[in-house]
Amino acid sequence: MTAPSVLPSPPPAPHDELELLLRLGDDRLVLGHRLSEWCGHAPILEEDIALANVALDLLGQATMLLRRAGEVEGKGRDEDALAYWREAVEFRNCLLVEQPNEDFGFTIARQFLFDVYAVVTLDALSRSTNAEVAAIAAKSLKEAKYHVRHSGEWMLMLGDGTEESHRRVQRALDELWRFTPELFAADDVAARLAAQGIGPDLPALRAQWHTLVSEVVERATLTLPHESSHTPHLHGGRTGMHSEHLGHLLAEMQIVARSHPGAKW
Amino acid sequence: MSDSLASPPSRAAILEILDTVKDPEVPVLSVRELGIVRNVEVDASGAVTVTVTPTYSGCPAIQVIEDDILAALADAGITNARVVTSYAPAWTTDWIGPDARAKLKAYGIAPPRPVEQGGLVQLLRARTAPPCPYCDSRDTEIRSEFGPTACKSVCWCRSCGQPFEEFKSF
Repeated sequence: MTAPSVLPSPPPAPHDELELLLRLGDDRLVLGHRLSEWCGHAPILEEDIALANVALDLLGQATMLLRRAGEVEGKGRDEDALAYWREAVEFRNCLLVEQPNEDFGFTIARQFLFDVYAVVTLDALSRSTNAEVAAIAAKSLKEAKYHVRHSGEWMLMLGDGTEESHRRVQRALDELWRFTPELFAADDVAARLAAQGIGPDLPALRAQWHTLVSEVVERATLTLPHESSHTPHLHGGRTGMHSEHLGHLLAEMQIVARSHPGAKW
Repeated sequence: MSDSLASPPSRAAILEILDTVKDPEVPVLSVRELGIVRNVEVDASGAVTVTVTPTYSGCPAIQVIEDDILAALADAGITNARVVTSYAPAWTTDWIGPDARAKLKAYGIAPPRPVEQGGLVQLLRARTAPPCPYCDSRDTEIRSEFGPTACKSVCWCRSCGQPFEEFKSF
């Protein structure tokens, strides 16, 4: 036995894989919870059920991703431990998904921007070199295609609807646009994951996202917000720096599990 | 105790038992007919492993289905059994066979149509509604793609005035 002259390249750092799973899982956990806040309050019964269905899909995807995250972490935490016992600074979701629901138009605009992001990233992730990630992404992509059709059709109805619905959804787009650069920002973790073929090449996917979003926005007679140097681009979610809204959301989401640890129902 | 004395159950016998386990949300179909059961293995010691795949990620029925499978096996005296979950290949309604589709229609659920390939975002392509499972009219509309369960949409027949569900192609 002779020692190899060149050391084999190290396997991917588990930390990066864990970060990827948390980012993907937390986006879906937080947005799923936001949508569940509409349950019983949506404008019509069909829509109440639709939003609850989308929320359920997102929570199901979060379950698969966070379960895998717990396995990769190797500290014995399951998906429930990760959902209910982490603090806001440990969450890795983007800022877009934690923004409050406001009115129905705002919720739909937020959902549409995320849904298009989800289909382009899940499509790329379904070809991940990490078999577990690829399997979860391929499964989730099928659901995301239904989600984007739902939110996209609502963008058309609201944008090309009444004067009021147009005004409200346009305001939502203008308000939410500053949260979208974060979706495609590649920090060191994302860059390493992309280089290894585990994660998506986020900056490269932005053009595809932009084209799909623009197509619908234009058909909806809405105006794409202008990129301006004055527009603050808000970042921080991927490293745990969140808006004040996440803490409130988590307080509601986590209180039962924390009040009654280990309870079964 | 008697389990260890008995000969290991045959794979065919287990498949027959699984034919009796119905989907809790669509009780005319068995978990095999739905394509949820992906594999059944019996090892030399007689331990049974049933591999299942979830339909939708968030389908609340999957836990019930796993419990029902273990209960049905236990009723047949097979207690050395476990259910494992697999995500790949992802479940598709194309795995639902012709007999099962006929059962769905007879139950008042429009069966799933073939899954469309390609197209990352099929947003701007109008989706046609399925024929009415009651009167076969094509004068129907989709009221909502999200129905009372994740796998079904809500439709309306303009001919016979009957609301009905469609098993979404997935």
